[in-house]
Amino acid sequence: MYQILKQIAKIGIVTEPAPEPDASLRVTAERLQRAVLRRFAGALTIRQVDAGSCNGCELEIHATNNPYYNLEGLGIRFVASPRHADMLLVTGPVSRNMEIALRRTYDATPEPRFVVAVGDCGCSGGIFGESYASCGRVSNVIPVDVAVPGCPPTPLAIMQGILTAIELPDR
Amino acid sequence: MKPEDLVPDLQPLPGAMPVWRADVDSAAWRATAQMVREQGGRLVALWGSDEAAEGFAVHAALAVRDGVLWLTLPLRGRQPEYPDLSAVLPAAQRMQRAAYDLLGIRAAGADARKWLRHGAWPAGEFPLRKSFDAQGSTDATRRFDTVADDYPFVAVQGEGVHEIPVGPVHAGIIEPGHFRFSVVGERVLRLEERLGYVHKGIEKRFEALGIHDGFRLAGRVSGDSTVAYAWAYAMAAEAAAGLTPPPRALWLRALLLERERVANHLGDLGYLGNDAGLAMGLAQFSRLKEDWLRTSAALFGHRYLMDRVIPGGVACDLSAEGAHEILQELERLRAEVARLKTIFDEHPGLQDRLIGTGRVAPELADRLGLTGLAGRASGMAWDLRVELPCVPYDALEVAMATHRNGDVAARVTLRFEEVLASLDLCEQIVERLPEGNVATLFPSPRDGASGAGWVEGWRGEVFVALEAGANGALRRVHAHDPSWQNWPVLEHAVMGNIVPDFPLINKSFNLSYSGVDL
Repeated sequence: MYQILKQIAKIGIVTEPAPEPDASLRVTAERLQRAVLRRFAGALTIRQVDAGSCNGCELEIHATNNPYYNLEGLGIRFVASPRHADMLLVTGPVSRNMEIALRRTYDATPEPRFVVAVGDCGCSGGIFGESYASCGRVSNVIPVDVAVPGCPPTPLAIMQGILTAIELPDR
Repeated sequence: MKPEDLVPDLQPLPGAMPVWRADVDSAAWRATAQMVREQGGRLVALWGSDEAAEGFAVHAALAVRDGVLWLTLPLRGRQPEYPDLSAVLPAAQRMQRAAYDLLGIRAAGADARKWLRHGAWPAGEFPLRKSFDAQGSTDATRRFDTVADDYPFVAVQGEGVHEIPVGPVHAGIIEPGHFRFSVVGERVLRLEERLGYVHKGIEKRFEALGIHDGFRLAGRVSGDSTVAYAWAYAMAAEAAAGLTPPPRALWLRALLLERERVANHLGDLGYLGNDAGLAMGLAQFSRLKEDWLRTSAALFGHRYLMDRVIPGGVACDLSAEGAHEILQELERLRAEVARLKTIFDEHPGLQDRLIGTGRVAPELADRLGLTGLAGRASGMAWDLRVELPCVPYDALEVAMATHRNGDVAARVTLRFEEVLASLDLCEQIVERLPEGNVATLFPSPRDGASGAGWVEGWRGEVFVALEAGANGALRRVHAHDPSWQNWPVLEHAVMGNIVPDFPLINKSFNLSYSGVDL
């Protein structure tokens, strides 16, 4: 226990500042009144859905929770069920084998719900495109609010996409 | 026994790895597999191909002591069949089912359930056949209405047995797949995996790309292993073109591959601590991983090193200042990892969760063909970097870590040891990096030329078989992930364990979904 405490004390807090929202990432116009958005600020829950990614985007989504980015420190956390979620964070070109699961996950998420598509594949289908096995971009399957490009997008870019969706006011 | 003694007409293929190729008939197909197994060899990969007017073919890559045998069995007729290998080499089972779903070639008498096909295309359609048009947008008939997967799971019956279905959408930030647990109380009687959810037509997509562009797709078969795949692809393409990249390029590839190994192991060690209740381990290791990724981005231009390995060489270089920065980083990380290892080792609560959990005994690992990192934790002393070292590993001292306990604790310890060994390798590479160019011009191979790439990625051996078409086209690319071998073994590893230990056991294998769903 002494070694653990010593290590924690020695390293201290390494968290860096969060990025600002970026309106250019918006796919659809703002749907909610600011008063409603303000309620999400500081208590947003996210259900991540890999709908066909190569697992690259997942690595960076994990990284948003490392001590440098500390997404949870902004009151934003990942939850185990879509029924507990305010937002879906969706990666991949949507594979046809995941199409039904993604629709069901979306249907299970209570309104008002946000959808952020993550990565070049989620934005455009990426290198996999559309085919017998791929539906392409996420917005081909469910409505998308914000799309974050990158292969994979950096943790900061992903956080920026999330914050853009809820337009976190005056942190 | 020499490969030449196993099969007549075996021809060595040019390239960085020792590969022999032969066309065989049905009898030799089966007999060779049997012989290879008796000699202690393993199945590396099994896949099919559409040979147009010639019919079809099924291919197997078999690892023997001195290299890999690439056997091709030509198939004819309207309902092509070949002898089942799964009785001799159990790992063949899912690969054979996948080959049927994609090409309609059947292993006679084997498990005939669908595997990669869910409801995206109907039975009787075979997407990898040349006659099947992959681009739905140009031909609407080639895209089918998605229907729900109706998969015949094996039901376990008896008093008190019930099922827990999990997935495809999981509770964490992980890839999708379905796990069907049959349990009594908390104890797992049986686990059946249903994968294929992220099948996105990678092999068909390769055929629409040229050989010069395929490395980008190869690097996205499984994003956490992008260097291993891109290198295996480049190795196969270079073998087909008869080209050897400059020494500096090969040494830099090894540096990138070891950086990929360290990044993944650091991440896994954090999550393995976390899954057993040591949140501090996750915080510390994810900090170290982030530092490591930032160095990769600063020196090589990409956090995960995507698109750095290209046919003909690498698309990055290392300056003297960069080399200095790496050496300093290695020294720092060595001390940090050693400190955390002590904390892990001396934490009784943590060790209590890890020791004896999810055990795969060496005998079972051998019978089922467990490979890579998980294999080495169960006594399978095989690491391509040691057994069949290509440049630059033939000039480096590679310390292979192996254990025999085969439990989660062994897979954790193995990762610690492999991180430290990789840090040593990085140091050797940086200090002895040859001068010269980092790439040469990559010419298109001749029509019909083939090549294989075989690379020890962080998870295990990644294998790529490639056949070139005319004018830089790709006729067939099969990219094989070691998870094909290891997923079925995970079903055994969880038997008799409690359901809440499944995430820990699963994480200790950390297998790829995208890599096997293709």
